[in-house]
Amino acid sequence: MIELSAVSKIFHQGQPNECRALCAVSLTLQRGGMTVFKGPSGSGKTTLLTLVGALARPTSGRISLDGRLLSNLPERFLTEVRRHTFGFVFQQFNLIRGLSVLENVMLPAYPLGRPHRELTQAAQALLERFGLDGKTASRVEWLSGGEAQRTALARALINDPAVLIADEPTANLDSALSGEVLALLGELAAQGRTVLISSHDPRVCSAAPVTRLIELHDGHIVGDYAC
Amino acid sequence: MLITPALVALHLIALCVSGALLLASGFAWTLLRHWDIASGSELQIRLERRTYLVSTLLGFVLGAELLSLLLFVHSAESLSSQFVGAMCATGVLNINAFGFPTLLLKIALFFLAALWLLLNRVDQQGHDYPLVRVKYALLLAIMPLALLELLLQSAYFLGLKPEVITSCCGSLFSAEGQGAAAELAGWPVRPALLAFYGMAGLLLGSGAALWRWPALGALFAAISGLTFVVAIAAIIAFLSLYVYENPNRHCPFCLLKAGYDYVGYALYLPLFAATAAGLGAGLLAPCRHIASLRRVMPGEMRWLTGVALAGFGAFYVLATALILRSNLILLG
Amino acid sequence: MPGASRYRDCDTVLLPAFPDQNEMRTWLERQNYLIDYTLAALLRRKTRNLGLLLVYTLLVFLFASVLLLSQGLRREAATLMQDAPELIVQKLNAGRHDLLPAAWLDTLRGIRGVSAVRGRLWGYYYDPAVKANYTLMVAPERGLTADAIMVGATLARVREVGVGDYLSLRAANGQPLPLKITALLDSTSELLSADLLLLSESAFHQLFQPPADTYTDAVLTVRNPREARTIAGKITLALPASRPILRAEILRTYDALFNWREGIVFLTLGTLLLAFLILAWDKAAGLSAEEKREIGILKAIGWETGDILRMKLWEGTLISLTAFLTGYALAYVQVFYGGARLFAPVLKGWAVLYPEFRLTPAVDLQQLLVLLAVTVLPYIVATLIPGWRAAIADPDAVMRG
Repeated sequence: MIELSAVSKIFHQGQPNECRALCAVSLTLQRGGMTVFKGPSGSGKTTLLTLVGALARPTSGRISLDGRLLSNLPERFLTEVRRHTFGFVFQQFNLIRGLSVLENVMLPAYPLGRPHRELTQAAQALLERFGLDGKTASRVEWLSGGEAQRTALARALINDPAVLIADEPTANLDSALSGEVLALLGELAAQGRTVLISSHDPRVCSAAPVTRLIELHDGHIVGDYAC
Repeated sequence: MLITPALVALHLIALCVSGALLLASGFAWTLLRHWDIASGSELQIRLERRTYLVSTLLGFVLGAELLSLLLFVHSAESLSSQFVGAMCATGVLNINAFGFPTLLLKIALFFLAALWLLLNRVDQQGHDYPLVRVKYALLLAIMPLALLELLLQSAYFLGLKPEVITSCCGSLFSAEGQGAAAELAGWPVRPALLAFYGMAGLLLGSGAALWRWPALGALFAAISGLTFVVAIAAIIAFLSLYVYENPNRHCPFCLLKAGYDYVGYALYLPLFAATAAGLGAGLLAPCRHIASLRRVMPGEMRWLTGVALAGFGAFYVLATALILRSNLILLG
Repeated sequence: MPGASRYRDCDTVLLPAFPDQNEMRTWLERQNYLIDYTLAALLRRKTRNLGLLLVYTLLVFLFASVLLLSQGLRREAATLMQDAPELIVQKLNAGRHDLLPAAWLDTLRGIRGVSAVRGRLWGYYYDPAVKANYTLMVAPERGLTADAIMVGATLARVREVGVGDYLSLRAANGQPLPLKITALLDSTSELLSADLLLLSESAFHQLFQPPADTYTDAVLTVRNPREARTIAGKITLALPASRPILRAEILRTYDALFNWREGIVFLTLGTLLLAFLILAWDKAAGLSAEEKREIGILKAIGWETGDILRMKLWEGTLISLTAFLTGYALAYVQVFYGGARLFAPVLKGWAVLYPEFRLTPAVDLQQLLVLLAVTVLPYIVATLIPGWRAAIADPDAVMRG
């Protein structure tokens, strides 16, 4: 369970281009289910996701995970927690060019020093599950949009995180692929993982597996609906 | 003025060390004033990021400082053919008034650098940077010493004039002379041997006690330091006599020569490493009360104690072997 | 529920309870992965790194060449000097070298500690044909007949003569003196014998016509080498116009000369080092957009600043190691097998007759430490700050696009 209390994030504090991305947001996210953060660009939903996912520290306020305080951890230990708890899928996929699919999937686990064979097997199992076992050795530049998306998903899951965060997962896909991706995410949610998505795509907001919809505007939460 | 590659390298290292420490000190000052682990402000985040750089830089630079002690002694030794009257490093160091002070300062910096590196290592294992203030305060203390070392070393090297006739170790380390070196050389053999092996016993005892009760860290550190002093004194007082098989030659530097199979290095390296580890154990013992380090401290203490005992052990074993193997009989 | 029961309670930090793994093994695996990734990254950007690697290797090569050559020469000189006389006595006249009267030999024999005294006859001869100076010496132990000579291999080569040929020298009275070469001097001692010409006493007298009962200098053997300096003092007292020269002094002078020259070359190479450091800094700081993107991604997927920094350090280490080993190996080959043509002129001095000789290969720990301190340490320090700057990229910047 992730709890945010009076969390604010200010960029370029004290300078002329100061920007308040989030203003005193309080939120409780339960385990499990699929939550969608909806709002126009600039509403702060990406910033909220980075804070929830321990990618950044709030300027003020407290964030706790399962009752343990996260917001005052220095970067090194924040990253340790993040590695094991959160998996990210980015809008641009962000795969490393020049490496194969398999290597890309194994990358997040490198700093953990897991034994090579075990890691390779885990990565291959994930790729098989997402239907990519024929492409493990191909370079990521040669993948189609859908394949790249699924590779990114596999990469996010390599450390078996409890929470999966996807930023605009359907932005670069057509409706057929979007449906596929949402189904996959729904599957993961059904297995017990918490899935958090940010999107302004109405198909996502009205998809079947979604259990909660949070609306953001100008750094404030303006709506919170159960679906 | 003498220009050799070794001296150029030593100058370079000293410059790098001083430069890096100066930079780091500026940062240390800012950190000591503004560090607040609980805040998420941009200043705090910037400070945390900076510590990565400074810690890594200092790691390298202080490591180089450790090597420069070795290089300094080695160079002094190899330059002895250059100076009339010098047969070993003693003569070279005696050329002007800055030689021995530079050596002593380098030794002090060696231990301080080793301690800092140990502190850094432990600090990085705590999730809230528990020792960061101690670390950077220590840095502010080391910095002036490093600058002083740069000055003294430069003065020493600039004053190395080959035409000056220097005295050899025979006159400096002889029992009839004056000064600390002569006092040590004049220490009678039997009490020296007793003190030497007595310290070994104390070391073993306190080391074993430390393994069981980490609270005794300070005691172990004190005994380690004392053992270091006694060991050096013992080398001058009687061990060198056994190695040279000459009841009048007390020089601690001639041991480093090729003619004696470089046994000096085999003696000094473990001794210095062990003393550093022992002092480190003492310094770090209070850290086991820190919440974020509670998990790692016992392991660290054990490791340090192990290294210290192993190093001292190697030293004592070698010393005893040298005494037994020697053809010189000092005790009827 | 996946991920639920995987947190070990440890104060206020959530740490993963992965299956018990040996901490050391984990650390090793981690370094393994980092090295793997670094190598792959370096190979992906071959062209960018190649230029730097070449310059780095060149730098190590130059420094190592100087060190190795100097070390080799010093060693050579020391070995050869072992057979040189312990003490040489010359006569001075108005501060200049004068011929030594035969009577002095008896005085020298009388000094306590001296076991043997021998007068030597030698001199220099300028040959205008090749514009070189030869050293001519009388060597009674070689048993040369009146007009027979033995010459050094370099001399023979330069004058294009061999065994059986005649060499004509101009005597002091202007008359030519033909001398027959009966043998060439052993080439293993070419360093000493390069310009050497051994002749008989009668040939010497014919050539130079020195005053009677004089020698060029005297060589002494002393009973106890450690007494050499004291004996030298006694000689100066007994014969005020004399100048005793100790072998130790000669060695010291050679040492100082080599040291000094080596040091000067080192300092000169310092400018190259500086240029290289600027290049290294620039290259480390000028990350391409692709590289910046990669680091951002790595940070976003779970690598932290320390990991990126370590990766950058591995990059530096791998490049340094390659450059160091290659440069050193090339220098070694060049100095010990390639005739050491590169820095020879500076270190050996100005002369016309360069002997060909093989130096004995020698590696020395101090040399390696110095080389590391002068090349690798500055490189790592120079690339550290740019590497750090790259490593502190914001992980959430990737999310924000």
